[in-house]
Amino acid sequence: MSCSRREFLKTGGMLAGAALIPGAALLESFSPKELTLQWVLDHFKVTENELRKVMAIAMENGGDYADIFFEHTLDSMLVLRDGKVNSTSSNIDFGVGIRVIKGDQTGYAYTENVTMSDMIRAARTAAKIANGITGVKTTQIKEFPLKKNYYNVISSWEETAVKAKMPFLQKVNDKIFSLDKRVSRVIVSQTDSTSYILFFNSDGVLMHDYRPMGTLGATCIMEQKGQIENGRSARAYRMGAEFLTDDLVETISQEAVKQTALMFDAIKPKGGEMPVVMGAGGSGILLHEAIGHAFEADFNRKNTSIFADKLGKKVCDASISVLDDGTIPFNRGAVNMDDEGVLGQKTYIIKDGVLNSYLHDRISAKHYGVAPTGNGRRQSFRFTPIPRMRATYMENGNAREEDMIASVKRGIFVDNFTNGQVQIGAGDFTFFVKSGYLIEDGKLTRPIKDINIIGNGPKALSDITMVANNYKMDNGTWTCGKDGQSCPVTCGMPSVLVSKLTVGGENA
Amino acid sequence: MIKKEQKELARWAMQYALKKGCQECRVGIYSGSESSFEVRDTQLDKLQQAEENQMVIYLFVDGRYGSISTNRMERRELEKFIADGIASVRFLAEDSARKLPDPSLYFSGSEASLELYDPKFQSVSADEKLKLAKLAAAEIYGSDARIISVSSAYGDNESFAYIVSSNGFEGESTTSSFGVSVSVSVKGDGDARPESYWYDETLTWESLRKQGIGKRALERALRKMGQTKIQSGKYPMLVENMAVRTILSPLMSAINGSAIQQKNSFLLDKVGQKVVSEKMTLIDNPLLPKALGAKCFDREGIATKKRNVFENGVLKTYFIDSYIANKLNMPPTTGSPSVLYFDKGDGTQQELMAKMGNGILVTGFNGGNCNSSTGNFSYGIEGFLIENGEPKRPISEMNITGNMLTLWSNLSGIGTDALKSSSWQMPSLLFDAVDFSGL
Repeated sequence: MSCSRREFLKTGGMLAGAALIPGAALLESFSPKELTLQWVLDHFKVTENELRKVMAIAMENGGDYADIFFEHTLDSMLVLRDGKVNSTSSNIDFGVGIRVIKGDQTGYAYTENVTMSDMIRAARTAAKIANGITGVKTTQIKEFPLKKNYYNVISSWEETAVKAKMPFLQKVNDKIFSLDKRVSRVIVSQTDSTSYILFFNSDGVLMHDYRPMGTLGATCIMEQKGQIENGRSARAYRMGAEFLTDDLVETISQEAVKQTALMFDAIKPKGGEMPVVMGAGGSGILLHEAIGHAFEADFNRKNTSIFADKLGKKVCDASISVLDDGTIPFNRGAVNMDDEGVLGQKTYIIKDGVLNSYLHDRISAKHYGVAPTGNGRRQSFRFTPIPRMRATYMENGNAREEDMIASVKRGIFVDNFTNGQVQIGAGDFTFFVKSGYLIEDGKLTRPIKDINIIGNGPKALSDITMVANNYKMDNGTWTCGKDGQSCPVTCGMPSVLVSKLTVGGENA
Repeated sequence: MIKKEQKELARWAMQYALKKGCQECRVGIYSGSESSFEVRDTQLDKLQQAEENQMVIYLFVDGRYGSISTNRMERRELEKFIADGIASVRFLAEDSARKLPDPSLYFSGSEASLELYDPKFQSVSADEKLKLAKLAAAEIYGSDARIISVSSAYGDNESFAYIVSSNGFEGESTTSSFGVSVSVSVKGDGDARPESYWYDETLTWESLRKQGIGKRALERALRKMGQTKIQSGKYPMLVENMAVRTILSPLMSAINGSAIQQKNSFLLDKVGQKVVSEKMTLIDNPLLPKALGAKCFDREGIATKKRNVFENGVLKTYFIDSYIANKLNMPPTTGSPSVLYFDKGDGTQQELMAKMGNGILVTGFNGGNCNSSTGNFSYGIEGFLIENGEPKRPISEMNITGNMLTLWSNLSGIGTDALKSSSWQMPSLLFDAVDFSGL
C-alpha cells in the first residue's frame, strides 16, 4: 500500500532465505576477469537481434523510451548459532524486466523466463502505457563499456565453498566469548551476493555489470547480575570472498563486545531540545534522513518534498558540502552503472551551502531538463528504477571534535545508530541512537542508550554550526527502504554540532 | 491454482533430494500474479503486471540442515542446485534440533471454510481496476486549493502455496487480495507539505471499499496543518488504531521463540505471569474466516489454532516453531502470530478521547526502536494535543520514551474501532502516564 515514509535500517543486511551454494546451476566455468558482453548475452541465452525485436515491440505503441533489464542473482547465507555454524541457505533469482516510458508515465512488466515468447508478452504489457502507433523502428546497438570497475573481484563468491567461509564465523564467535566473561550468546551471520546484469535501451545502449556484495555481522548478548543487553557490529562491501579476513574478524568482535558492554552503565537522558554533537561516521544517517531523501528528484518532480523549490538556493552554512557518490571503490553503495544504464558518478547535493543538484533517475532528469545523475536504482528486475541514494556523506570542515564538545554546556554526543526515518513533505526526520554520551559542562560524562532523536530537515541543516575535519565512512550493512524496495547504501560524515534537536528521554 | 505439473515438480524435487542424500526433506512451491495501477492527479502514472514462481527446498542431511530456493524450474538445473545444496550442507556442524515436525501436528483437511480466495479474481477487468484507481484520486483532486499532489493506487494479487514433506505432510493454500490507497500532499505553513494517506485491503473484490478513501486521506492531511511541538512532560496517550502496530510489534518479537532461546527477550521466563495490564486479553486466531493473514497451517505444515496470547494481563504463550521447540524441549506452537485482536473494547475513539480528557492523541509514529533485551523504547510521534476530550492543536517532532512492560501495564482503555484491513486487527488504545519529549 502507498505509504509516505522512508525507512533506513542498519540492522538489516540479512537476506531472507539467502545463502551459499555455488549457483553454477546455470553457469559454465567462469571467472569474472573473462566477463565479456558476448559471455553475458550467452548467459541470458539472448542475441542482439532478439533484443532488437523485443525492443521494437516495447516501443510499438509510441513510447518515448524503453529499457530491458536482465538479472541473475545468487545469494547465500551462513549462520552460526549456539557456538556452531549450523545453518545455510541459498537463493537464485533470475528474470528480465521491461519498462516503457511515455512522458512521466511508466509501463512495467517482468518475466522469470527469458524465452522470446515470454519477453514479447512482457514487452506488450509494458507498451500499453502508450496508446499511439508507430512504425517498427530498428534500434542500432552501441555497446557501452563501463568506464571503471569500482568493485573488482579477486575470488568470486560462486567459487568459494561453504567450507572456506565457515572458519570466519567460528573465529568471530570464539573471539567474542574470549573478550568478556559476561557474554552469554552470540549469533554470527555471513551473507554474500553476486549479480549478473545485462541492460539494453531504446537508445541502443547495451551494457553489462557484475556486482558482488559480502557482509559479516555479529550480535552479542551479555548478562550481568540478571540484566541482559545486546549489541551488534557488521561490515559490508562490494567485494568478493577476499572480503573475509582475520582483521575483519577482529574489528567486528571487538566492536560487538564494546557496544554491548557499554549498555550496562548507560542511562536515558532527560528528554527535550538540546545541542547534539554527532560523531564521525554513522552520523551520516543525519544526511540520509534529513536531506538525502528530500533531494531525491521523484518527490520534487511531484512537488511533495519540503525542498521542492530550493534548487540554487542557500540551505545551510557555506562551509558545508554534501555528496552522493557511486564511485567509492568497494563501497556498499558503489555502482559501475545504475539500473537504467547511467554510469556511476559523484553528485554534489549541496555545494558550499547551496542546493546544487537533486538525485535523478531518467524520468526526473528529463522532467527537469538535466542529465541523469546515476541514481536510478531498483531492488531487482521485479521493480522499476526510482531515484535512490548511493554513498551519502559530508566533506570535512575545519573545526575539531573536542572543541565542539567543549562548547556544549548540556547536551549529548552520539555515534552509534540503528535506524532512521523521514516524512518527505513535513521534513520531520528521526534516527535511533543505540549509544552515546551525555555532555555536561563541555565534557563527555555518562553513557546513554536507546533514545530517538527527531528534527526537521531544513531547520537541522541550518542549525549545523560546526563541522570537524575527521570525516569517516560507515561501512555497516545499511539498507534503505523506499516504495517497497530495499537498496544497499552507506553514509559518512565528519563530526558536526547541531545546535538544537529534540532528544527522547524521561521527564523528572 | 497450483497446477498439477507444479505439484509433480515439487514431489519430484523432494524425491530427488532424498535420493541424493537427504534423510528428510520438505518442498514448498509458491506462485502468484499481481497487477497494479498508479494514478497521479488525473493521469495513469504507472501500470505493472507480473507472475512469479518460487521453489524452496529444506534439506535435512546427516543431522545437518540447509535450505535452497530458486525461481528456475527446469529439472536439469534443479538437479544440480539440489546436489550442490546437499554437498554444502554436509560441511556444516550437526544440529540435532533440526528435523521435520512430528506428523501428528500436521494439518489435514481443507482450508475452504476460511474463504481466503475470491473466485471472481480473474473476472475483474483491467478497465475496472484502472477506473477504480482514477476514481479514488478524482474524489479529491481539485476539491481544495491547498492540494499539491494526489496519488492513488489499485493493486491486487493472488498467491498459491503447495507444501509437501517426506514424513507425510501435503497442504495447499490459495489467497487473493485487493487494495486501494490514496496519498495526498497539501500546502502547509512555510515550506511544509503535510501528507497523509488512507487505504483499504480485503480478500474479495466485492468487499473492497470503492469510495471515501481519497476523502479520508485528505482529511488526515489537512488536519496536520500547523503542527508544532509542545512542552515535554508525562501525558496520557491515546494511540490511533492505524498506529498501534508499532508499539505491539516489540511485544510480539519478545515472545518469538528465537529471542527466548537466545535469552534475548524482556519476556524471558514470563509465561504464566501477569506482565501487562489486566485489561489486556489479546487473541491470535489464524482460523478466523475471511481475515487477512488467516491460515490453516504454518510454513512447516503444523496445524494452527486459536490461542490467547495474553489473558487478563497474563502471558499465555510463546511463538515457537519446531526447531526452537526441539532446542527448548517444549511443544511447538507456530513460528509467528497470524490474526491478532483484542477480546473486547470499551468504546469508540471519540469516547476514549473523552475518557482521557487532557492528553495526546498519537496518529503516527516516526522512526524509533525498542531494545529487544530490555524493552526500553523511544519513538518519534505526531498527533494532537487533546483538551477536555477534544483535539486542540496538531503536534509533531516529539518523542515518547519508556519501557514496553511499563507502557502496557498502563493500558487503560481499548477501542471498538479495530481495523479489519490488516492481519493485526488493532483498535485505538489508551495508556496512562507516558513520557513525551518536545520543547
